Amino acid sequence: MTALFYILLAIVIGIAIWQIISIFNLKGAIATEKDNNTQGILFAVFGVFFYGLMIFSFWKYSVILLPESASFEGARIDNLYMVTMVLILFVQAITQFLLFYFAFKYRGVKGRKALFYADSHKLEMIWTIVPAVVLAGLVLYGLSVWNDVMDASDAENPLIVEVYAKQFQWEARYAGTDNELGRANVRNIRGINTMGVDMTDKNSLDDIPTRELRLPKGRQVIFKFRSQDVLHSAYMPHFRAQMNCVPGMVTQFSFTPNMTTEEMRANEKTMAKVEGINKIRAEKGEDPYEFDYLLLCNKICGSSHYNMQMKIIVQEEADFNNWLSTQKTIAEVVQE
Amino acid sequence: MSDHHHKETFITKYVFSTDHKMISKQYLVTGIFMGIIGVFMSMLFRLQIAWPDTSFSIIEAFLGRHQDGGVMSPDIYLALVTIHGTIMVFFVLTAGLSGTFSNLLIPLQIGARDMASGFLNMVSYWLFFLSSVVMVISLFVEAGPASAGWTIYPPLSALPQAIPGSGMGMTLWLISMAIFIASSLMGALNYIVTVLNLRTVGMTMTRLPLTIWAFFVTAIIGVVSFPVLLSAALLLIFDRSFGTSFFLSDIFIQGEVLHYQGGSPVLFEHLFWFLGHPEVYIVILPAMGIVSEIMACNSRKPIFGYRAMIGSIIAIAFLSTIVWGHHMFVSGMNPFLGSVFTFTTLLIAIPSAVKAFNWITTLWKGNLQMNPAMLFSIGFVSTFISGGLTGLVLGDSALDINVHDTYFVVAHFHLVMGVSAIYGMFAGVYHWFPKMYGRMMNKVLGYWHFWITVIAAYGVFFPMHFVGLAGLPRRYYANTAFPLFDDVADVNIVITLFAILGGAAQLIFLTNFFISIYKGKKAEQNPWKANTLEWTTPVEHIHGNWPGEIPAVHRWPYDYSKPGHEEDYVSQITPLKEGEEES
Repeated sequence: MTALFYILLAIVIGIAIWQIISIFNLKGAIATEKDNNTQGILFAVFGVFFYGLMIFSFWKYSVILLPESASFEGARIDNLYMVTMVLILFVQAITQFLLFYFAFKYRGVKGRKALFYADSHKLEMIWTIVPAVVLAGLVLYGLSVWNDVMDASDAENPLIVEVYAKQFQWEARYAGTDNELGRANVRNIRGINTMGVDMTDKNSLDDIPTRELRLPKGRQVIFKFRSQDVLHSAYMPHFRAQMNCVPGMVTQFSFTPNMTTEEMRANEKTMAKVEGINKIRAEKGEDPYEFDYLLLCNKICGSSHYNMQMKIIVQEEADFNNWLSTQKTIAEVVQE
Repeated sequence: MSDHHHKETFITKYVFSTDHKMISKQYLVTGIFMGIIGVFMSMLFRLQIAWPDTSFSIIEAFLGRHQDGGVMSPDIYLALVTIHGTIMVFFVLTAGLSGTFSNLLIPLQIGARDMASGFLNMVSYWLFFLSSVVMVISLFVEAGPASAGWTIYPPLSALPQAIPGSGMGMTLWLISMAIFIASSLMGALNYIVTVLNLRTVGMTMTRLPLTIWAFFVTAIIGVVSFPVLLSAALLLIFDRSFGTSFFLSDIFIQGEVLHYQGGSPVLFEHLFWFLGHPEVYIVILPAMGIVSEIMACNSRKPIFGYRAMIGSIIAIAFLSTIVWGHHMFVSGMNPFLGSVFTFTTLLIAIPSAVKAFNWITTLWKGNLQMNPAMLFSIGFVSTFISGGLTGLVLGDSALDINVHDTYFVVAHFHLVMGVSAIYGMFAGVYHWFPKMYGRMMNKVLGYWHFWITVIAAYGVFFPMHFVGLAGLPRRYYANTAFPLFDDVADVNIVITLFAILGGAAQLIFLTNFFISIYKGKKAEQNPWKANTLEWTTPVEHIHGNWPGEIPAVHRWPYDYSKPGHEEDYVSQITPLKEGEEES
């Protein structure tokens, strides 16, 4: 019934537009001098709207952006991002200005002839070489950051944590006192052993399975990612960290948290963002929100993809060690 | 040429036609029809993103068993984004754009009677039609259409246990795409052979309009990369139906271990993106060609740096085949590979910058004729720059880590290839409508169409960057599960409102298009005063394009406002005057 309604509505709109068309009497097809003038001016007006939209967006939406990075590696990424963004905005501002300005300035006039200007090797060399040089710098800077972030081989006494993905939740496994994860395979999944840890491997016994992710401040963490069913992606935006979880293989990412959850809650940008969120929540009559780091799934993985998350708590190293020592090892869990 | 006047029946003229002009119109109308479906889907899921848990009677009316009280289910949400992507990328922007204008313009602009093989051309269109039909049928299967994202990464796309859309819906998706690829390859081979062999006397490669260069190079990329997607699709069919393990390994789902062992989803990602990345250039290069041609004509000026434009098309095409890994920085592939792909990806910025500056310089000191096609061409350059620049963020592996698969990516690729390519397509339709239908489109409606579209498109995609930078992943049915994203809700409402405005503006285009076919003002032979060969053919379509001999070509296509000529255009068939130098 409603479908019929919409079809009727569409027909009515169609007829309305038909009527509008008949007003134009279908005569105008080729731009006249008057059209050139109007449309050229509209491009100038649109140019103003365009810059207005950019400035408005930056002013209005900056508060929703992520606060500063909570990891050392993330801070380097943020610097690279700032440099890239300044470059982008600079080029954007100039090229769009020229485009809209030329569209306005050179709008057609009857009887005027355009300049026959087909080529200039000098100009073309300039806008080949200048981007090439700038990009070379950007590539070198980018790759140095990338290599730093991705190479964890020189980590001193890193914490090894497995992050395990499945439809639609996360689990974690700490490597325990030997700091080495035991072997695992989905074929070992039985009852309480939900991550398929191989209990015949002696490295497995002291592993600590958990349903929450706690990390120590100031110590490099090497994450080993696995998935038991489909692709997932472990995305930890506050640490500028992301890696896919791929069934059949182990992937890796590492970072060093440099702000505890408490410190991040007291961060100025975080507080402004949380304040904004709570204003919205209060209007809807919802409980106030308190900031927490999050691990979210960022690769489409099924119906509840949009609600696959785990809280991350960053603590001082001593508090973290205390917490970890209260957790049961997998050997204890399986025995029970 | 008496064989050009043989009797034609309705069937041979309008249905199984081998005439490239008719086939081009068939591509266009099919593409527009698929475009209506694709855009309508985006309206539906934008409603869900802006107002989750809110009942909409339009959702109740159209989504049937996939909704509950006017609220769509998470599965159908994923299906809608999947099919929206598939339809827009392949059916609208590949077949609808390249299919339409390659078919129309290649024979007309190089001076040929038709494509090298009219029959193959006809088969190509009807395979495309068949694949469209299969894709549309897949929308109606019991468990819903394919819903693993347009990139159909396994295991999600391989296992019906993982998501209902990976049952019959996915099977039909794969069949449809296999047929589509066959169609696309036939078309591409035809374009390549025609451009190489059937150029008229005097039409050297360096006298070809940039449209032809773009279509020609696009066809080559298609031939190189589409077969790889076909192999990926076939191997995926094997995994799904015959128990092989190309892409699957070690899977435990719904309480049981599956037998798959030794395959890798990352292999699929490589195969997919080996097509998938060139595909975005298959989409954008024809639009670039169209825009170059229309800009030169309407600026009444030669395109600036003709040879550099050709060079950059070739450079972009070459680089496009060695950058696919930038979609996979966080897929788990070796980080060293990531470095290589960062390098090759950022290289593409150089030929792209050359093109952008050349377009801007083409406008400089021109005498701009503000026809709707020209407006869309200027719009194209604007969105191509806006969207292209954020590629510097996404192509840089270190920066991609944090914005990968967020709305930042969605904003980037919609601007740089989605909106830009659609603008190129609109520009082409407005410009060559008189060649296709012998009538003109209404310019006032064209102006309204352009300005509402351009405001809506920036209104949608500019704020969307911020949503991504706030860390919101794409393909989330709702972000209500995260209080962290509560402050993004307002932005999403703004985006949806602009999206609805933009969608509604396309009704203006549709009205203008379909009414002008029958009621438009009769076209003159050369309404835009252009130099290229298609405007030397009669307005009425005839088999073989030119009634007599095919004219010979004496100059390049961009002699606009050339000193020493009275008019501000000189057709390619005008011989050089004594002492006149070719540009």
